[in-house]
Amino acid sequence: MTDAQERSLERVGYDTSGGMNRSASFLIEDESAKEATSKEQDLVMASMREARQKYPWVKELEFSLVKRDKDEFTRLVASHEDAAGNFIHVARGAKIAFPAQSCFLLKTQRYEQILHNIIVLEPGSQLHLITGCTTASYRTAGRHVAITEIFVREKAQLTYTMVHDWAPEVEVFPRSTITVAPGGSYISNYVALTKVKHIETDPVAIVNAGATARFNSIIYAKKGSHLDIGGRLLLRGEGARGEILSRVVAEGSRVISRGYIEGASATTKGHMECNGILLDEAASIYAIPELEAIDPDTELSHEAAVGKIAGEQLNYLMARGLSLDTARSLIIRGFLDVKIEGLPLSLQKVIDTMIEQATKKEAI
Amino acid sequence: MVEVEGKRLLDGIDMEICEGEIHVVFGPNGSGKSSLINTIMGLPPYCVTHGEIRFRGESILDLPIYERAKLGVSLAFQQPPAVNGVSLSALFKTMGIEGERIEKLAKDLNMGGHLNRDINAGFSGGEMKRGEMLQLLAQEPELILLDEPESGVDVDSIQLLTQITRRLFQKEIPIRERTTGGIIVTHTGSVLKHLHANRGYVMINGRLMCSGAPLDIFTQIRRHGFGACIQEFEQGGNDHD
Repeated sequence: MTDAQERSLERVGYDTSGGMNRSASFLIEDESAKEATSKEQDLVMASMREARQKYPWVKELEFSLVKRDKDEFTRLVASHEDAAGNFIHVARGAKIAFPAQSCFLLKTQRYEQILHNIIVLEPGSQLHLITGCTTASYRTAGRHVAITEIFVREKAQLTYTMVHDWAPEVEVFPRSTITVAPGGSYISNYVALTKVKHIETDPVAIVNAGATARFNSIIYAKKGSHLDIGGRLLLRGEGARGEILSRVVAEGSRVISRGYIEGASATTKGHMECNGILLDEAASIYAIPELEAIDPDTELSHEAAVGKIAGEQLNYLMARGLSLDTARSLIIRGFLDVKIEGLPLSLQKVIDTMIEQATKKEAI
Repeated sequence: MVEVEGKRLLDGIDMEICEGEIHVVFGPNGSGKSSLINTIMGLPPYCVTHGEIRFRGESILDLPIYERAKLGVSLAFQQPPAVNGVSLSALFKTMGIEGERIEKLAKDLNMGGHLNRDINAGFSGGEMKRGEMLQLLAQEPELILLDEPESGVDVDSIQLLTQITRRLFQKEIPIRERTTGGIIVTHTGSVLKHLHANRGYVMINGRLMCSGAPLDIFTQIRRHGFGACIQEFEQGGNDHD
């Protein structure tokens, strides 16, 4: 692996040096698994091709949450009999202390990376997973299409942090569904702060009785990017709870920020916050917060605010001696700096570093 | 002359503030007091159409807000905005001010617990004012502009605020050694008691109508209102013109 590739991996939180505490690692280049290791007996980190051989039940999980014919991209993945991808399994009751890491690297120019991932956390288990998606070079063009099906069993807890660091000529179409069994918890942190041609993702979490799910999205859409991002929470079991939080900064880019919460059972509770900042005339943010109350005993709420940086905030900071650019980047950094509850420090640092880089004066 | 969208807000203003001096501008709400110090700070939408603003002999009219601040002009806002996501600590770090000094200043101002909070978000009236003073102390300005420093502050906090204001204006050192001066805009005057300000003015409709000893003006305003005050000082003690 070249130094440049290593740097690409590091930017998305993937440690190649072995210096950081990682419980397991998985690296795929295009569709070829380069690393699949685990330091924990109760944690399986494998390629999907290997997993299908070793654990026949994995095939039964495939397309059990995401329908094959949902759209052209799911059909594309389904057309690949033995699609590459990442398989993660945490045994019943296993609480994995250190984060596991996986990385999807688009290496070959104009490659179409087609993946199918399965993640299973058995009852009572816990895992922090950080997944980085990146390219071998800034000049790489290509397409990433991935189905991810996640099974969080009873009282299991998964924190899933995904960092996208694609290149300007990459198109990205993830299709993910998560089922959270009673008493389980799923927290998704999605971070995309670099230029990309197109991302279209709208993961769905089915939240069962007494379970919780949360989608946090931190987006800095650079010039020329087109992002259609969101999250759907289906609160299907009694007492299920969920939250969607998105912070979007758009600079010469088009962002569609979706959020949907369905309250379909008694005493369910959901809340959504969609906030966006437009940095210039060429930027646009289309926020679509949707609430659907099906059960009369559900409590759903949302707040959305989209606009440019308030002039009074800029003037205030400039009155403290900060130049316009510095004041602006300080406000943007603060806007994106969502401290995520329960996130390990090492993962928070990855996000903080990315925000720092994205909001440097010269970057803005 | 100062205008906003073609409308005249201030006219005929003539003030000179020397080191060690505190000038106080009284006036009813909407008289133009805040417009005056906002204009000096360079805030929009105020536009100086005639006249000059000089700081240490040099015109600052063409300088943006932050250049004026760097030169040593600093404003404590009457209603400072909340800046969500940006803590006071992050602001001070960006301003390049050393952490230990800030911590000490914050402790003196009962703001130690606020350094890691977002600027002005959820602050009480008193906390906002102390936050403003903390920032000004950190900036070490030479021309201090205070916009209604006592508004929204409970009675118990006025004393602390007065102490901080004295510190800002270097009241504890001999006048010849002081390097700061400034303008306090107020319509209640309660912060003035221990400040020994040098000169007071009454502003009505964007004009300084009279001037004199600040506490005398303040007493007159409290007793008889702004109108009577102007009459009194125009007849007796107007040394402004």
